[in-house]
Amino acid sequence: MESGFGPKIVWDSGWKVPGLEFLGNFQITETVTVTWLIMIGLIVFSMLSTRKLEKIPKKLQLVLEILVGSINNLTAQTMGEDKKSFAPYMGTILLFLAIANLSGLIGLRPPTADVNTTIGLAMMTFTLIHFNGVRKKGIGRYLKEFTEPFIPMLPLNIIGELATPISLGFRLFGNIIGGLIIMNLIYSALAGLSTALFGPSALPIFQAGLPAVLHVYFDLFAGVLQSFIFTMLTMVYISMKMD
Amino acid sequence: MEQITGRALILACSAVGAGLAMIAGIGPGIGQGYAAGKGAEAVGRQPEAQGDIIRTMLLGAAVAETTGIYGLIIALVLLFANPLIGLL
Repeated sequence: MESGFGPKIVWDSGWKVPGLEFLGNFQITETVTVTWLIMIGLIVFSMLSTRKLEKIPKKLQLVLEILVGSINNLTAQTMGEDKKSFAPYMGTILLFLAIANLSGLIGLRPPTADVNTTIGLAMMTFTLIHFNGVRKKGIGRYLKEFTEPFIPMLPLNIIGELATPISLGFRLFGNIIGGLIIMNLIYSALAGLSTALFGPSALPIFQAGLPAVLHVYFDLFAGVLQSFIFTMLTMVYISMKMD
Repeated sequence: MEQITGRALILACSAVGAGLAMIAGIGPGIGQGYAAGKGAEAVGRQPEAQGDIIRTMLLGAAVAETTGIYGLIIALVLLFANPLIGLL
């Protein structure tokens, strides 16, 4: 069976990691390269744009100030004024996810269409939830909350906590991979249509223009919405555990 | 009659199963429609709180979507990463 819509392998080292032979060869997939591209882009952009900050802002600085200010506002509104210090992390995942989801528009494969990326981010959220829960309340009160409202609820509460990263990760992954697969199917259907009408050597002219409407929905709308929702849910879960 | 191999049977049943798994899409459809309807009602009653209402509605709709996404994941696993073939 062919591998379907998984990420392409761009580099195969040919050797196995010692101790982890069952995983197969050590490979670099498209996901990793696109993630690094986004990371480099974000780092370079933030370094260049904050180099010459002025008292009276110019165009670029004004845009940045609005961006940072709105992320600060969103965090303060959702998590409460006392947890405003989470704003840098929330802003980072919001920007990273938004750019990652939108990278499908310029022909790259979105890194979030790989379950490893999304589950990794969801596990970061999971760690933050419980680390901050213990830090804020102390280990005793934190553990006691698992037995509320009464002791027999303990296994259910634990399953509920473990389900959080799974639902977070798979929600993002499912949305992006669903859009990716539908777009792929539509592109191959349009290519098939032009082949059927004008013969096998014809240019796939239907692929230009027609799928743009669907790109607006699947990449622009769903991508931005899902990155926003991932960030919002992270904030809500963390502040719920801390209160 | 032509002999049906075990592999072909598993592939055929997996395709049917993937289709059945996508019936899960009904749930989020109803749930999100309900959320959107209540959101429209709330905006009609209190138009000045539109921003907050839209944000809350989108969050609720995204959570309601989870079960449908689980169905999609099951369908994708059955189609592209079938674990049953390995059992043959």
